[in-house]
Amino acid sequence: MKYLLLTMTLLIVLPLILIVFYLFYKAAPVLSLDFLLENPIHGMRAGGIWAPLLGTIYLVLLSLLIAMPVGVFAAVYLNEYAGNSWMTRAVNLAVVNLAGVPSIVHALFGLGAFVLFAGIGRSILAASLTLAIMTLPVIIASTKEALAAVPLSFREACWNVGATRWQTIRHVVLPNSISGILTGIILQVSRAAGETAPVMFTGVVFFKAITPGDPFAYGLLDQCMALSMHLFTVSTQVPDVPEPLTYGTAVVLLGVVLLFNALAILIRIKLRSRKKW
Amino acid sequence: MKPQRQALESLKEWVIERFIWLCGVSAVLFVFGIFIFVFREGADYLFRGFKAGEFFTSIEWYPTSRTHVRYGALALIVGTFSVSLLAMVIAVPFGIGAAIFLSEFCPPRLKETLKIVIELLAAIPSVVWGFIGLTIMNSMLVRLFNAPLGLNMLNGAIILALMSVPIIVSIGEDALKAVPDSYREASLALGCTRWQMIFRVLLPAARNGLLAAVLLGVGRAVGETMAVLMATGHSIRIPHSVLEPVRTLTATIAAELGEAPVHSDHYQVLFIIGILLFTITFVINITADLIVRGIRKEP
Repeated sequence: MKYLLLTMTLLIVLPLILIVFYLFYKAAPVLSLDFLLENPIHGMRAGGIWAPLLGTIYLVLLSLLIAMPVGVFAAVYLNEYAGNSWMTRAVNLAVVNLAGVPSIVHALFGLGAFVLFAGIGRSILAASLTLAIMTLPVIIASTKEALAAVPLSFREACWNVGATRWQTIRHVVLPNSISGILTGIILQVSRAAGETAPVMFTGVVFFKAITPGDPFAYGLLDQCMALSMHLFTVSTQVPDVPEPLTYGTAVVLLGVVLLFNALAILIRIKLRSRKKW
Repeated sequence: MKPQRQALESLKEWVIERFIWLCGVSAVLFVFGIFIFVFREGADYLFRGFKAGEFFTSIEWYPTSRTHVRYGALALIVGTFSVSLLAMVIAVPFGIGAAIFLSEFCPPRLKETLKIVIELLAAIPSVVWGFIGLTIMNSMLVRLFNAPLGLNMLNGAIILALMSVPIIVSIGEDALKAVPDSYREASLALGCTRWQMIFRVLLPAARNGLLAAVLLGVGRAVGETMAVLMATGHSIRIPHSVLEPVRTLTATIAAELGEAPVHSDHYQVLFIIGILLFTITFVINITADLIVRGIRKEP
């Protein structure tokens, strides 16, 4: 019976390993630096993934720039300022719910609020704002955990020498929890890179030609391509795409996401073993 | 310290504290914002021509018909719930089984590794899952069950199960860990076998947490978009077997929003579906949260 449970656990874990290897195996023929640096050509049936890759980088960085300050300070509020009031309860509930809202509803929200109401139009900016709100709970939750791990005695010592609340946070709490906060930010990056639905109607398009190899090819109010959307396009919308090309796109996307997650996990493990208190 | 400088410092402190407060409540604002803006886009049609009776009871979804436009979403609602239900039938036993294994039997080193792999499993983007369903899983199922060629519900449900299993395992394991060791010791001391202890003591004691884990899994499955869009076959009908294709609420929005002209009736009906989805997941999340909080309060 114990082994039955072990088998069940392994049945959950094994698919991941098999899938990753299978995808790599199928993608192997196209994986090269050229694949990353060339644009899709011939109706996306040949070439590389430069335009979608660059689009994803833009979306991730911009959404991070928006979500990071708001998320970190929201966590500071929840952990350092908020008492046991109905307000705190409401904020906590809101964070839980924000994490549970379906991604397609985020897409509708982004379309209604940023693209149409705010008049930004379908653009990298609108898509990044949508992504930022969608990934906010990830940053809030992990930052909160990192802040809660700083012992109260650190804060008390600081208050006792006359520092204000903010000075304590700025000079004691934040520096001591920086690696934990970093973990959350890395997870946000991996989450934002993989999302498709929220960016689909807010700024990402099927195809856009840009200069290959030029990292500043997109403007803030341009529409862009994205890796996740590109994978959707080449695997369902365009007929007769050569197999290695679709598998290659999947592997690059999966690779980026798993790499960032592995990084976050490594930081966490290192952190746990090096803890001073 | 000069009084001026002190005044400046306390002003700075005040400004920063206001800013932190604003960020804190922003989460609440965003949740309201999502509801308001999605509602706003669909409201006009909701109060003007929306036929709730047709929407919930008819399976005739013909949003672009020239002669007689019909918005019957029953098949989509049934599609969403049948595929989520099937996913849970697969995911719950595996998820709870794995949670029991991790919390009761697993040696610590193996546990660390397994938890990392399960975390990575949760990180795979939904579009990649959809792609896996489309390519690897589907051909496997067609061969295995002799199913008619093409995508089907089982395909989507297995993918959804793999996507929601990590959340069930991690919340379920927390729930089992929260059961005090004294419960385990007491039942073992009374001569229970380990299995009697698990089934008669541990699972009943952790039932609320396990229920919350399952609910969050359901929430994940109902809200999932890209994977079901790509892997369930996308045909509007009430399924009679698990090997038939279905279409879900989320997939319908994703597939049709691009083609519906802004502010047309069709476009607004898609936003009404959005309101429905938001409400469903909102209720699921609040319930799960209340249950989890209830557990924490019990000593």
